[in-house]
Parts: sequence; structure tokens; C-alpha cells
Amino acid sequence: MTATVRVVGELCLPAGLVLLLFYAYLLWGTGAETEREQRVLQSRLGEVFLRHEAHGSPGGARIGDALALLRIPRLGAGYRFAVVEGVSPDALRKGPGHYPGTALPGQVGNFVLSGHRTTYAAPFNRIDELRPGDDVVVDAPDARYTYQVRGKEVVDPGDLDVVDPVPGHPGRRPTTALMTMTTCNPKFSAAQRLIVQSVLVRREARND
Amino acid sequence: MYRLLWRRLPGGTPLRLTITVLLTGAVVAALWYVVFPWLAPRLPMG
Repeated sequence: MTATVRVVGELCLPAGLVLLLFYAYLLWGTGAETEREQRVLQSRLGEVFLRHEAHGSPGGARIGDALALLRIPRLGAGYRFAVVEGVSPDALRKGPGHYPGTALPGQVGNFVLSGHRTTYAAPFNRIDELRPGDDVVVDAPDARYTYQVRGKEVVDPGDLDVVDPVPGHPGRRPTTALMTMTTCNPKFSAAQRLIVQSVLVRREARND
Repeated sequence: MYRLLWRRLPGGTPLRLTITVLLTGAVVAALWYVVFPWLAPRLPMG
């Protein structure tokens, strides 16, 4: 009995160390993984842009492929993430993901992105700092689209109408081009969703 | 338990220490590169 208790006690030490190691992995290991995937996606995006210039293309991307480049000047000049098509755990491991079936960049409707708040390079870690009027720049194969932040809110994970073409009005036909970024709230939790909504204000040629 | 394991390792202190470090490193690498990448996406993390 005493021996069993002692062994259990002794096993708690390595168990604690493994948990600490896992925490370190979530903080740094997942980030390194995403940075690797981002290098692949961003060079892939270069190919997609070139191909579009040569042949034109309908836009959009296959699940797991690069769709567009996202920049948010408020979050720093170096803030750039390749957006991946899809929002599965495997897609979001690579970067912020585009909800399949929602509008493409620049299209009338709702261009919806989802991204990690804490782990996996945490692309949407600081989107709570965005203020109305801030630019969100999306480089798509056909053009550069600039959206402007209108507002943000915190909703329940089940409130799916924020991703409707006209948010809050399922089934209504959209007339404006919106963009919605969603992420987890509060940080390190998945209890709620933080929503940042923007509206398209400018379309121009990419100068890359 | 650890004392018992230590005694079962072959060689003197330097060799036992080397084996311990290598085994620990192997376990850490397996966790970091195989187990954690599998486990992390399955947790409800933002």
C-alpha cells in the first residue's frame, strides 16, 4: 500500500513535467508549425497571382490551399498572413481560414475568416485592438480589396448568423460586401467568439 | 522507484547519466514531434 502510494506520488513529477512541456508546445511549438506552413502558403500565393495574371481564373481555392493575403496595418507593418481555404482544425493550423461557401474577397456578401486567438502563431490574437475605421487589406488574385472596420462584438459559439451574407438576417439577399473575422474569446478559451466586422471601401490593382 | 531504475541501469555513474539523458531526450522528442501535434488540434483551444 505504502509502496503503491509512493509510486503514484513519484509518477506525478514526470506527469507535471509533461503537462508543462505540452503548454510550452502550445505556446511555441504550434507557432513554429504555422510559420512553416505560412512560408509554403505565401509562396504558393505568389504562383496563384502569377497564374491569374497570365490566364485569369474564377478565384477561390481548394480546401487547404492559399486564397489571399491578409494585412492589418494597425497590428504592425509586418502583419501578413496567407489565408487558407477551409476552417477545419487542419486548415486553421496553417493560418486564418476562409469559411467555404461565404463570399470571396471583394464579393457582395460576407467574406468570413476564422483564426486562432492564442496557439498556431495566433493570427487573430490582437483583433480586439481594432477600432472602427481601421483598414483590413486583402490581396486576392484579381485585386487588392481594402475593408474598413465597423465594429466588434462578443457572441456565443452557436450564434451562426454572424456569418450570414447579411449578418443576423438569414436568407436575405446581400447588397454590400462585408468581411467578418471570428476568433475565440476570451484568450486561451473557446467559451465565446469575438467578431470583428468590416465593410469594403476600396478596390485597386495589386502592386506586388 | 527512481532509485530502483537507476540501479538497474548498466555501467558506472557516467554511463548511467548518459543513458538517462538520451532516454529522456527521446521521450521529449516523441512527445513534441508526434504526440503533441496530434493532440493539440483536438483540444477546444482558441
